[in-house]
Amino acid sequence: MSVDKATVAKIASLARIRMDDAELERMVPELNGILQWVEQLGEVDVTGIEPMAAVIPNTLRLRDDVVDADPLTGGGRQADVLANAPAAEHGFFGVPKVIE
Amino acid sequence: MTDLTSLGVKELRDGVAKGDFTAREVAEAFNAAVAEAADLNAFIVTTPDHALAAADKVDADRAAGKDLGKMAGVPIGMKDLFATYDVQTTAASHILEGFQPRYESTVSQKLWDAGAGMLGKLNLDQFAMGSSNETSYFGNVASPWRKAGSNQPMSPGGSSGGSSAAVAARIAPAATGTDTGGSIRQPAAFTGICGIKPTYGRCSRWGIVAFASSLDQAGPMARSVEDCAIMLGAMAGFDPKDATSLQMDVPDWEAALNSDLRGKKVGIPREYRMEGTDQAILDSWERGKAWLRDAGAEIVDVSLPHTRYALPAYYIVAPAEASSNLARYDGVRYGLRDLPDNVGLQDMYAATRAAGFGDEVKRRILIGTYVLSAGFYDAYYTQAQKVRALVARDFERAFEQCDVILAPTTPTASFPLGSMNEDPLTMYLNDVFAVPASLAGLPAMSVPATINADGLPLGLQLVGKPFDEQGVLNAGLAIQQRAGFTAKPEKWW
Repeated sequence: MSVDKATVAKIASLARIRMDDAELERMVPELNGILQWVEQLGEVDVTGIEPMAAVIPNTLRLRDDVVDADPLTGGGRQADVLANAPAAEHGFFGVPKVIE
Repeated sequence: MTDLTSLGVKELRDGVAKGDFTAREVAEAFNAAVAEAADLNAFIVTTPDHALAAADKVDADRAAGKDLGKMAGVPIGMKDLFATYDVQTTAASHILEGFQPRYESTVSQKLWDAGAGMLGKLNLDQFAMGSSNETSYFGNVASPWRKAGSNQPMSPGGSSGGSSAAVAARIAPAATGTDTGGSIRQPAAFTGICGIKPTYGRCSRWGIVAFASSLDQAGPMARSVEDCAIMLGAMAGFDPKDATSLQMDVPDWEAALNSDLRGKKVGIPREYRMEGTDQAILDSWERGKAWLRDAGAEIVDVSLPHTRYALPAYYIVAPAEASSNLARYDGVRYGLRDLPDNVGLQDMYAATRAAGFGDEVKRRILIGTYVLSAGFYDAYYTQAQKVRALVARDFERAFEQCDVILAPTTPTASFPLGSMNEDPLTMYLNDVFAVPASLAGLPAMSVPATINADGLPLGLQLVGKPFDEQGVLNAGLAIQQRAGFTAKPEKWW
């Protein structure tokens, strides 16, 4: 499979990365080179093989059902959460108009 | 007095504990060495005050007769992928420029708790995507090594290239690295130092800027196997904040180091004898076998039949995870915002990400988005995860016949900066020997072995069974004791 400029533009739009024509043109052969190379995986016989889900067998843990079990990841840290926001206002993240 | 910057982790820690010198003297010596080495571009920011404050605390604790930590009095470099409280954390990207976390990563916190201090945040490939340290927004890192008789700047490897350059140049006794597909081992090999990626889950990923979460692992980079064992002991351990953290005890790797390999079997994977590998690398591999045999090990041939498919599988799995992880950079919560006039939210996202990500990062996000998109998911992503399962099964079978695997770390020595930029694929091939262990989550280490005809270092790689960092470190120590690798770069910076 290979991608053309329209497909790359579609992927870039899905990935929310603005790209001008020149950049799209440049990406087409680069992505195709990579995609053609990874296509060799198609020759591997994977009959009966489950896709890997976890590289080291591990079980999911449940933590105790308590508020702020870990102070680093608990609540009540509004100032910290907003400290690096480009446009924090009135205790919220500021964004441009969402609804036209 | 001895030049303190020539000492490693163990010598510094023991010297401070014995009172041969103070932690403050150590921190001052390394701060000065860092300040002199701007030409390497190894650091994005330096934090001399952090190093001094940690040192003063160690000196005060010692004076008060308190117990000192595993890393007490040792100033280190911190790869700028670890979130550090109030200290800029960028992942070498423009999109995170100026980001000052209000939290500390688990691994860095554990190092500070063990008495280490921070010299600064080390440069890397942007979002750890690269094998030469040429994708950083903050410029290339130059290796302290140069070819004999040449002034051409060489690659320190990547992505932990600031880490490898700093440790090889003796401006830091040790540094943290992270390894997604070879990012600790390949730069260690390029610069004549040691680096170990532990079993997936040993070190908490909490507070490490995420690249490919099923592969990312932190580990130490230092100039000896002992130093790596000490520092890994300080970095590892269960963390409830990381769902994939291993809930098991951390062995005392330093205390159990033992280079007597009698009764051990060392596997030599026949598929690693690849076309395009330098003869000097193959020669050093032969030397490595002889050294391990001399240490008492039996050398056995093993087969890892899916080796050649590991790299293409990696270049589906890693970009897929990256495209998902990097979706968080939206210009809303932290980092860069690019808001053109009169546009809405969606255009702000697209403009911010266009301005904030470098070319290699964009390329991988696009590949990842494509292989996860409807209609292509099974053909690419599911197939790659099946191949990954086969790569892991190969190792399982090989480890029925051996205790540890010996292989080259890289197919070539370091190359000049700018010499591999024509085609992204040629750069990817650098990690052909490193990626299989990453896909299988296994502990793996690079130790310096020999010097090639150009005077550049070559590394050997040891891969162990899950949780058997000790076996990897012990075999590494056996090589270190026999290789007698004492070469170091001549100071030009």
